[in-house]
Amino acid sequence: MAIDEFAESMSLASAPSPSASFWLPPQGSTVAQGVDSVFYYIFWISLFFFALIVVLMVWFVFRYRRRPGHEAQQTATHSIGLELTWTIIPVIIVCTMFYKGFASFMDMAVPPANAYEIEVVGQKWSWNFIYPNGYIDSELHVPVDRDILLTMSSEDVIHSFFIPAFRVKKDVVPGRFTKLWFRATNPGEFLVFCTEYCGTQHSDMTTTCYVHPVGEFEKWLAKASNFLDQMTPAEGGKLLYQRRGCTQCHSVDGISGIGPSFKNLFGKSHLMTDGSTVTVDENYIRESILNPQKLIVAGYEAVMPTYAGRLTDREISAIIAYIKSITEGYSGDESVPEESSAPANEEAVGDKPGANANEGRQTNDE
Amino acid sequence: MTTISSSYDPVPELAHGNNYLTHTRGVLSWLFTLDHKRIGVMYLVGILGSFFLGGVFAVLVRTELLFQGEQVLTDDQYNQMFTLHGAVMTFLVIIPGIPAALGNFVLPIMLGAKDVAFPRLNLASFYLWTLGAIFFLAVLASGGLDTGWTFYTPYSIETNTAVIGATAGAFILGFSSILTGMNFIVSIHQLRPPGMTWFKMPLFLWALYATAIIQVLATPVLAITLLLLIAERTFQVGIFDPKLGGDPVLYQHFFWFYSHPAVYIMILPAMGVISELVSVFSRKHIFGYRFIAYSSIAIALFGFLVWGHHMFTSGQSNMMNMIFSALTFSVSIPSAIKVFNWLATMYKGSISLATPMCYALIFIFLFGIGGLTGLFLTTLATDIQLHDTYFVVAHFHYVMMGGTMIAFFGALHYWWPKMTGRMYSEMWGRLAAFLVFVGFNTTFFPQFVAGSQGMPRRYADYKEMYAGYHFVSSIGSYIMAVAFVIMACYLLHSLFRGRKAPANPWGANTLEWHCSSPPPHQNFDEQPAVGDCYDYSGLEYDTATDSYVPKSRTAVTT
Amino acid sequence: MAEETLTTAQSHGHGHGEHPPHLAHHFESPGQQFDACKFGMWIFLCTEVLMFSGLFCAYAVYRANHPEIFLYAHKYLDTNLGAINTAVLICSSFTMAWAVRAAQKGQQGLLIGLLALTLLGGFGFLGIKYIEYEHKFHKGLLPGAQYNPTVTPGDHGNGDKHAEMGDHELITSEHDAGNAHTAPPGAAPARHDEEPAVAPTGVKPTEQTGLEKTTLPQAAPPPAGRSMEHDHAHEHGMTGRPNNVHLFFGIYFAMTGLHGIHVLAGMAFIAWVLKRSIAGEFGPEYFTPVDLVGLYWHLVDLIWIFLFPLLYLIH
Repeated sequence: MAIDEFAESMSLASAPSPSASFWLPPQGSTVAQGVDSVFYYIFWISLFFFALIVVLMVWFVFRYRRRPGHEAQQTATHSIGLELTWTIIPVIIVCTMFYKGFASFMDMAVPPANAYEIEVVGQKWSWNFIYPNGYIDSELHVPVDRDILLTMSSEDVIHSFFIPAFRVKKDVVPGRFTKLWFRATNPGEFLVFCTEYCGTQHSDMTTTCYVHPVGEFEKWLAKASNFLDQMTPAEGGKLLYQRRGCTQCHSVDGISGIGPSFKNLFGKSHLMTDGSTVTVDENYIRESILNPQKLIVAGYEAVMPTYAGRLTDREISAIIAYIKSITEGYSGDESVPEESSAPANEEAVGDKPGANANEGRQTNDE
Repeated sequence: MTTISSSYDPVPELAHGNNYLTHTRGVLSWLFTLDHKRIGVMYLVGILGSFFLGGVFAVLVRTELLFQGEQVLTDDQYNQMFTLHGAVMTFLVIIPGIPAALGNFVLPIMLGAKDVAFPRLNLASFYLWTLGAIFFLAVLASGGLDTGWTFYTPYSIETNTAVIGATAGAFILGFSSILTGMNFIVSIHQLRPPGMTWFKMPLFLWALYATAIIQVLATPVLAITLLLLIAERTFQVGIFDPKLGGDPVLYQHFFWFYSHPAVYIMILPAMGVISELVSVFSRKHIFGYRFIAYSSIAIALFGFLVWGHHMFTSGQSNMMNMIFSALTFSVSIPSAIKVFNWLATMYKGSISLATPMCYALIFIFLFGIGGLTGLFLTTLATDIQLHDTYFVVAHFHYVMMGGTMIAFFGALHYWWPKMTGRMYSEMWGRLAAFLVFVGFNTTFFPQFVAGSQGMPRRYADYKEMYAGYHFVSSIGSYIMAVAFVIMACYLLHSLFRGRKAPANPWGANTLEWHCSSPPPHQNFDEQPAVGDCYDYSGLEYDTATDSYVPKSRTAVTT
Repeated sequence: MAEETLTTAQSHGHGHGEHPPHLAHHFESPGQQFDACKFGMWIFLCTEVLMFSGLFCAYAVYRANHPEIFLYAHKYLDTNLGAINTAVLICSSFTMAWAVRAAQKGQQGLLIGLLALTLLGGFGFLGIKYIEYEHKFHKGLLPGAQYNPTVTPGDHGNGDKHAEMGDHELITSEHDAGNAHTAPPGAAPARHDEEPAVAPTGVKPTEQTGLEKTTLPQAAPPPAGRSMEHDHAHEHGMTGRPNNVHLFFGIYFAMTGLHGIHVLAGMAFIAWVLKRSIAGEFGPEYFTPVDLVGLYWHLVDLIWIFLFPLLYLIH
């Protein structure tokens, strides 16, 4: 889908950037060069002083090694002039480091006006990028050569948003917004990390930033925003499952994670922590997504955040369709004639025994 | 070890045939001792045990990271391992390491006093340390801890692991640290004998004094922070909980107000040790005594003003970032002064490569890297890139382990003959030091590169581009583990089979080398005369005992 | 552990016949020992001040960021009781200082009487504090998640001020209070993962029924429209109550609670010194423990003198 096409459009531009070095990753944003020049400024000064210290040390150890006939020569026990020299010279040097670092920092700290704003929401353990039209994706797509302003907040604990190639990083703190801006200089794919420890799957809280060539971003956004129109509900549900953080807790291979697996879930009976028994149907899934603390399957923690306001009804229906599609016994549903699925909805699979009651409700609602 | 030591024959050179190890006998005489030397030895045993525990955690962490994917630990187990490694190494090993174990042993003797000012407090401080260690072990047994040693809110409020037990343990260890600091400050102020003026004190004592100031002034803030965190988890007070309107970043300010000065609690005594070693093994008067002494105090004071550099990416204002960046640079200056003064001390000396000096040279090398890489993290623009990456991990290991632990082992080898009355094998000692040096650099140098390439810290798994760095790093950790096993072997061996130690094997002139090895119960049979402790002209080598003796004594015998 | 400081003076009393009985073996003279103990105590007091300073910082940060919470919530505190307690502590500090002088002059009877009076002052302070705490526990004026007031500001349990603000009658409901107290830990807001975390609205007891609070938090608003902590737009609703009033009580209980523990510790030390002075151990040549306990008690007093205006007298 869009990403494959992206990869094609990238194939020309994906040659390794010449700006990558032993120490630093390729430069992907306008501030990277400034940061790197500060890095190498400190690096060469440090290397000089380190070499000076080690060479002197090794030379002294060799030259004045203890051996027969060699006595320590008592030299001056202090020298104000000498000591002031190696106090004042470092002071001057670190002042220049401070100044260069501060100047370069201000470039990345002050967001330019009229930047393209994307909202970022961190949650354990995924990122959500909310584009101005309301479309939400778990990967970051941005146009090249345009100022991008990320307004970030967290659903749970502190995360930190980091794109090494762009040399930008900012904590994502619950209860407040933090801002981060960058301007990507060349199209490509760049790693995004969470760098503030946030729990079990901290190391999986990574995603990709796609920088689109001029003109491509708008096309991508338009297409991506309407993805449910272009595929079956089950396929759309699968994408939502992959992109909206479900994967972190719910597997599709039958192995229980932090939450129950989605495989063969539909129609199953679950014992709840309050002692009741619930059969997984459309209403239960919907309720679990919008109000996850209400009924907890026995053996699991009540840790799922609500998706109320974050998934539309149509998206929830698509996820239900996806869960049905990976439930054995519903396998025949996929073969329902394509025409009937045009207004993507769960009626398509409604004629199974387990779903009768809900089918009735659906009709009544309409 | 305690039973082993107490079964020694009295060292023949002792006039009264009695030393602090043999003064009284039995386990109880150790458990209820008020002798600072015995308390120091008990601390040492506990700290070395904790170091072993923390080392096992470290090897597990490195083994998990040997290759991509899951090796030996699940994500949750990995998170617990790095947390416990950090918590044990910081709170149980590095902070008390030099001051409480070695400082306790030598401070009163160096000063020319019979004991620390408050011997009972000293023992209480040891038992608080033990209690804290028991809390940590209990945490280990009861579900572990996965917050990172920093206990950042709100994660530490939410997690199901034993945060309360661990914070309570850290709180208790904090008290232990405060009591030790109090004891040292009062001892140095009040117990200096006639003639021991401030500027005649060995530099190690200046360093311990500066350390004690930080311990006393910073640790209470950690105490209240941890109490509030416990209250937060127990009563949902809301001060640090964003869900209740609290401010999680305030926790970071509180925490680092202690924990950054705590970094200087760790490194200052190490610098003090190096000042002693470099001078003794070069047989040269220390260069720039006053600059080194003042720079210890300067580091202690500046250390309180720089905590905000841990929060450059937290969203604090640009003004705060600027101020903290500028202030942090100020700490680098006194450190640089010390390094240059040590080099000037070695100039035209007669440099012996005995094991303690090997560690001192390794310290200068590793601390040089650790200190200089600190400049990258102080500078705002580069810190944004490097914050919370392996660059930081490598930096603080170069300073904490390459600095403090290396100095700790240097000091351990230096004072080992004094503490145990036995000499260890020089050959094995140098070999272990060499292996530690090689293993250390193999472990941590690749982490600088991985970090500047973007590898975030505290990751249970990593992208393929970082695989090479991690593999080399893990191999290095195994080399270091081997080195420490060797060290344990020859040190234990020396306890049983080691040559009996002479009073002054290194030719040092601080007061602890004026008493016998091991020292008598009361430290000195008669009050020693205080002179310039860095003037070695009054000592000469005596081949019969392979040690140094006052010139007057040889004059009499010949 | 302050006790350790004090009893050090008696340690190592063995085998040094020429020494005064209270002189430890590693000190040269009683004067040196006294100076060391006193210096140690001052350092210990420094650590105490720094420990409290953490709380004072928290107070300053929250008061600067949310002045309206402090202005609103401090009216829940009874200034009269606070003022009486201040007076009690100042008096006991005076008797303590006098007791030290009595010990120095060897006035045994006076010393015992003054120490007993000081101890009584401590009991008085804690008694009044108990009345205040008990009232707050009863009325749900508790920190964080437990905050669930059933009274209005300015009502200190006299029961006749309800008329001041009519709308507060809606609040009452024992049902509410009961629910909050018996709520299972899992229902505490810290576990309310489904709450809109980025919009820390806290617990709004007056706007939710107990049932909602424990089991059915509001659905999160759409991401784009979330209100943030520093968005003060909603803080002054129709009722004039700011959000997150419970933060004040979090700080109030942390500060007064820690101070209360220190009062308790101080009283234990006074009782110990009292016991020793009844045994006649103190006199002009040895009064170090009395002096050190006195210093500690003055610090406890001093901290309260800061707490009282900061918590009770806010304008």
